[in-house]
Amino acid sequence: MNFAFSEEQEALRETVAQFLGGKSPSSEVRRLMETTEGYDESVWKQMGEQMGLQGLHIPEEYGGQGYTFVELGIVLEEMGKVLLCAPYFATVCLAANAILNVGSDAQKKDLLPGIASGETIATLAFTEPSGKWGADGIGMTYESSGDGFTLSGEKMFVLDGHNADLIVVVARKSGTSGTEGLSFFTVRGDADGLTRTALETMDMTRKQAKLEFSGVKADLLGEEGSGWDALSKTLDQAAVCLSSEMVGGAQQVLDMSVDYAKVRVQFGRPIGSFQAIKHKCADMLLEVESAKSAAYYAAWAAAEDNEELPVVASLAKAYCSDAYFHCAAENIQIHGGIGFTWEHDAHLYFKRAKSSETYLGDATYHRELLAQRIGI
Amino acid sequence: MDFRYTPQEEAFRDEVRTWLEEHLVGEFTEVGPAAGPADDRAWDVRVAWERQLGEGGWIGLGWPKEVGGRGCSVIEEVIFNEEYAKAGAPGRVSFFGEGLLGPTIVALGTPEQKQRFLPGILKATEFWCQGYSEPNAGSDLGGVQTRAVLDGDEWVINGQKIWTTYAHHADWIFAVVRTDPEAPKHKGISYLLVPLDQEGVEVRGIRTMVGTSEFNEVFFTDARTAKDNVVGDVNDGWKVSMATLGFERGTAFLSQQIAFENELNDLIVAAQKHGATDDPVTRQRLADAYIKLKIMRYNGTRMLTAMARQGTVGPEASIGKLYWSTWHRRLGELEMEVLGAAAEIVGPDYGLDAFQTAFLSSRAETIYAGASEIQRNVIGERVLGLPREPAAG
Repeated sequence: MNFAFSEEQEALRETVAQFLGGKSPSSEVRRLMETTEGYDESVWKQMGEQMGLQGLHIPEEYGGQGYTFVELGIVLEEMGKVLLCAPYFATVCLAANAILNVGSDAQKKDLLPGIASGETIATLAFTEPSGKWGADGIGMTYESSGDGFTLSGEKMFVLDGHNADLIVVVARKSGTSGTEGLSFFTVRGDADGLTRTALETMDMTRKQAKLEFSGVKADLLGEEGSGWDALSKTLDQAAVCLSSEMVGGAQQVLDMSVDYAKVRVQFGRPIGSFQAIKHKCADMLLEVESAKSAAYYAAWAAAEDNEELPVVASLAKAYCSDAYFHCAAENIQIHGGIGFTWEHDAHLYFKRAKSSETYLGDATYHRELLAQRIGI
Repeated sequence: MDFRYTPQEEAFRDEVRTWLEEHLVGEFTEVGPAAGPADDRAWDVRVAWERQLGEGGWIGLGWPKEVGGRGCSVIEEVIFNEEYAKAGAPGRVSFFGEGLLGPTIVALGTPEQKQRFLPGILKATEFWCQGYSEPNAGSDLGGVQTRAVLDGDEWVINGQKIWTTYAHHADWIFAVVRTDPEAPKHKGISYLLVPLDQEGVEVRGIRTMVGTSEFNEVFFTDARTAKDNVVGDVNDGWKVSMATLGFERGTAFLSQQIAFENELNDLIVAAQKHGATDDPVTRQRLADAYIKLKIMRYNGTRMLTAMARQGTVGPEASIGKLYWSTWHRRLGELEMEVLGAAAEIVGPDYGLDAFQTAFLSSRAETIYAGASEIQRNVIGERVLGLPREPAAG
């Protein structure tokens, strides 16, 4: 038994951190968050072609690097640290996983190499205006139309939905409800009958869109009606990925707080020498370290694809959501007035913490899910 | 990163399990785990059990073989503790000897001290207590005032210790005492080993809010111990005592996590029985307790992996102490919420059930072995590198 990263994994972290440090400084984050697409095309290309990041955990037979969720978690943690603005989470953690979980071998061979190389931006459209994260949130129905299927209805809160070349959509058979009758489909981003609207978001570093489908022709992904188990697993994997990303952000706001507390002088002393501030920082460290333990363990369970995954996915999502938000909020408090300004980065992390907490279900949602999953 | 056990580790697990199955019989099965490190129910039975453990070679698991230990890896210690807790074996009585003094002597003692004191711990024939706190030296341990003066071949000790767990059961005390009153606060302290069965030592129980008296005051009035019963150099006891605290913070929470897991399972069963699991707020709190319990384990495993690689536990161990004591206190509160009105009713002679005991005794856990506020100072200053509080006037 051993709970530490290997030398190779630490080297990967170092390489990715260096790359992101150069490509995603605060000035770039602020430039990109003001744009509608919200990412830099040349950086996205380099991530795919030079670094192989989009294909990191995609098996080699589908054009990827063949690593696991543990390595993916390391990369996401570094991305969360710098608030990387890119459709990475949507493409890799949502769409690629959905395709891996449900697609046929031929579909994987068709769709995944483009994702792995960085050529294809993809996303998963499952949430609707109700904002529910479970099966009951999916009301959109599909219809068989002779040689294929058509989709009509509205999807909301779709990450990078306006940027995606490939959209994986979850819809249900008419007359079904709950976890029954769900199927996955793929749709091209420029399909006829699809209207995409970029949404203005409080967290400007992660873009969302509204997608309106009006008789859009869609390809069935995997088997018809195979939806819920695959979706549930995809969302668990995504929750694990998001937890890793949140850990990176939480570490960053802790570092910002500690650095500031060492240099900001009031009453003739650095404020970090006051226990009121010191103890806040100590509690933040406890939460950051605990969030790491949860996220790393969950990443291992996802890599093993073992039976613990559903429980530890909810465990990690619940804990990391609370920890990141609390640390991001304390970071503003410790910085005082300067932390409340637009110019300081504290609000960017605070807003990312909130959007990450909400996305895929907040801590309250996941604690209830966990209670059910452990049989309470 | 791999959370599976190796075949060798699994073989060790089988060995532990088999031994426990064969020996945990009769009256030993009736005692059960301790409600906390200060619980001294069924002391005599537990001492008899501890001697069985000693004979089986299960005391001093992590100590090196050359001093009589078993030379186990950290992971094997984890496995032993897991199986021990799963079997519901009696609460251990040798914590202060095995967990604190023993490792200190192994690391810093003389060959004669090793020969004299380690076998008694390993065979559970001599019991120890810890003489750190004094009425005016709690969190500020450097302020100890108990004095020891050399008189020929013996130290003569005068003063008072307090909160001394198990002093009424112990044969010896390891104590920090002032041996140079002229030196700066932390410089004039020595780490003395003192026999308790002598005229100059009086032990008085302190009744705590739990209603029982596992904590004591220990009074020294011209008490004596041999000149050689100093661990480390004379006037260098501060360093030795810090080393001991390091052992305490490093390993104590390990087996506790497993005991806590049993406690939470009992609470979930009780909640289901009382219909409390229909309440969405209670469900949230139970899930929260479960999540933080599991993370306690992951944190511990991460720290042990680091310890196995670096050989020592750093100030990061303070995170573990702060974490588990806070978690258990909250669980005690949740236990009372789940039991509702019935939680108020106690047995004859203030007899408490396991939940009531945990609710009350957990208030001590955020105080002893370094109060939570001290742990936060340690984390802030020694892990995060924040500036120290300026010294008082």
